[in-house]
Amino acid sequence: MTIQTLSLAGTSLELIERGRGRPLLFLHAGEGLAPERPWLDLLSRKYRVITPWHPGWGSSPLIDGAGSVDDLAYLYLDLADQLGLENATLVGACFGGWVAAELMVRSTARFTQLVLVDPLGVKFGGRDERDIADMHALTRAEYLKMAWADPARGEIEFTKLPDSELAAIVRGREAFALYGWKPYMHNPRLKRWLHRIDRPTLLVWGAEDRIVTPAYGEGWRQAIPGARLELISGAGHFPHWEQPEAFVDRLAAFVEGNR
Amino acid sequence: MRVWYFSEMAYHPAWEEGLKRGSLRVVLPSSNYDPRIGHQLLNRYLDEFALCDEVGLDIMVNEHHSTSTCLTISVPMALAIIARETKHSRLLSLGTPIANRPDPVRVAEEMAWLDVLSGGRLEMGLVKGAPYEIAPANSNPANLMRRYWEAHDLILKAMSTTDGPFSWEGEFFHYRNVNIWPRPLQQPTPPVWMTGLSVETGRMAAERGHVVGTLLSLSAAGPMFAAYRQRAQELGWTAGPDRFAYAAVVGVGTTREEGRRRANLAADYVRTSPIVAEPFTNPPGYNSLAANIAMLKAGGKRGGFVRDRHGNPVDQTTASIEQLIESGTCFAGSPDDVYNQIKALHDSVGGFGNLLMFGQGGFLDHADTVANITLFAKEVLPRLRELNPEPKTAVAAE
Repeated sequence: MTIQTLSLAGTSLELIERGRGRPLLFLHAGEGLAPERPWLDLLSRKYRVITPWHPGWGSSPLIDGAGSVDDLAYLYLDLADQLGLENATLVGACFGGWVAAELMVRSTARFTQLVLVDPLGVKFGGRDERDIADMHALTRAEYLKMAWADPARGEIEFTKLPDSELAAIVRGREAFALYGWKPYMHNPRLKRWLHRIDRPTLLVWGAEDRIVTPAYGEGWRQAIPGARLELISGAGHFPHWEQPEAFVDRLAAFVEGNR
Repeated sequence: MRVWYFSEMAYHPAWEEGLKRGSLRVVLPSSNYDPRIGHQLLNRYLDEFALCDEVGLDIMVNEHHSTSTCLTISVPMALAIIARETKHSRLLSLGTPIANRPDPVRVAEEMAWLDVLSGGRLEMGLVKGAPYEIAPANSNPANLMRRYWEAHDLILKAMSTTDGPFSWEGEFFHYRNVNIWPRPLQQPTPPVWMTGLSVETGRMAAERGHVVGTLLSLSAAGPMFAAYRQRAQELGWTAGPDRFAYAAVVGVGTTREEGRRRANLAADYVRTSPIVAEPFTNPPGYNSLAANIAMLKAGGKRGGFVRDRHGNPVDQTTASIEQLIESGTCFAGSPDDVYNQIKALHDSVGGFGNLLMFGQGGFLDHADTVANITLFAKEVLPRLRELNPEPKTAVAAE
């Protein structure tokens, strides 16, 4: 797997480009990119997948040592320009779904469709209701139970990983907090502008996701004009990791249907 | 040496329930607090602070939130009362967790007001705060130190600027007209303190000439103080003992047994303090990359900061009084014992001019606390004063 480092917007970005065909920009989850899991291989058999590590994750540096989700939206718009993407598919999972939505309310010019996978990023409920589980108030075991249909599939044997991978995990955790601590994992103003997403949108949801439930997905469906919500059984918050074949099948059927 | 008495003003009646639930902080519901008992305890603790003024001790106050271990939720509120009830003690705020405060200018105002009220007796700690303070404040841990330094700079500028207003447009804080009234009595600002456990903190404090304090662990104090001295030397000045503070639980008695009994009761603070629901112990970004990698390699176990003389971790939650004496966490016994233990630790870390005396904790009752304070002031304090020269401080206003 070749990792490239790209200079853009006065910063740099680490990314993987893999496969051929229509371009697909994949924005990863708060938990990380995990290119070694089967989703990337399956997806790259059908598409030219471009998938960066967000600034702060992997070896991608933070933008100016800080940054916000707004910065990421503009950075990926710049990336799409720099790569000259045309008729591309934008996919965002979890935190990456939030970034994808922020990007699309700004400009949909380079993308013909949007796929959001259990996205974070908006608030539908009242001020004393939690839309998004407080992942930072959970033990790792409690978190796995809420984020995975089968928690065993999400376990990572940290003690067996080399320091370089542990460092990447620690940096990613820190970046996730940096972007999403307060307001917690959402932008209170984003819901107001989701109507600007004038591209066919598929919401793929893990039927057993308890970080953001399918009911929250229904809120997204109603907020984006013409959006479709599809549940994947046997999956929690990360259907692309937990049910990669079903995930790629649903995504491909949607993309082909929009030709 | 100056000795600063403090108590966290704990609500120990809830500790048993907290231990049962595995957290004395953040998630322990306040139904476990009886405000009528709390009323008696808060007033009792304030009486004990006031006693320090009569016997010649200085006074320190700290704050925590959402916890049964410390019911001081506002240093300025407590110090405002203590300032009125005392005449001579210097008053150390250690301190305000400034990266968790939304309004640094308000912090500057409160500190300046306290300095004026007390006649220039204030010493001002600007602290990072413990990891489990992040949740009650809901402050972002990932940029905590960037926010800390911006707040630090703004507070000092607000206190020392006398030809304001000035404007401030930073990464975190925005004001168009900063012009605080009153300004502090000690010019340009009261003495500034920082706290920490790392060599890095030692260096950062040295670069600003602040007093640096560390707590409960001999093995952290040595390297931190050494880093401070070295950095000061590099910058062309020599750091005297008044730049260093060490915090420990102190129990003194007319006999060794009585002193140890008192320290053992007060040391329940050390034993209960780390009992916190696990997700709140290490918010992302609070600890360094290296420390986090080490934790993951150790299977997620978090090392406490109490270490023995060889640097091996001591389990704070179960440590015996003997272990806590050994690790420099407690000074305990007869006046001779306590003096000798302090002197030995003092000498082994190259000297310090400030002892932060955790003289009341947990179930140590009023009578024992009064005896602890009184005996310490009578038998130990005079000898410590001779141990090294008193720090230079501003002269209090008449």
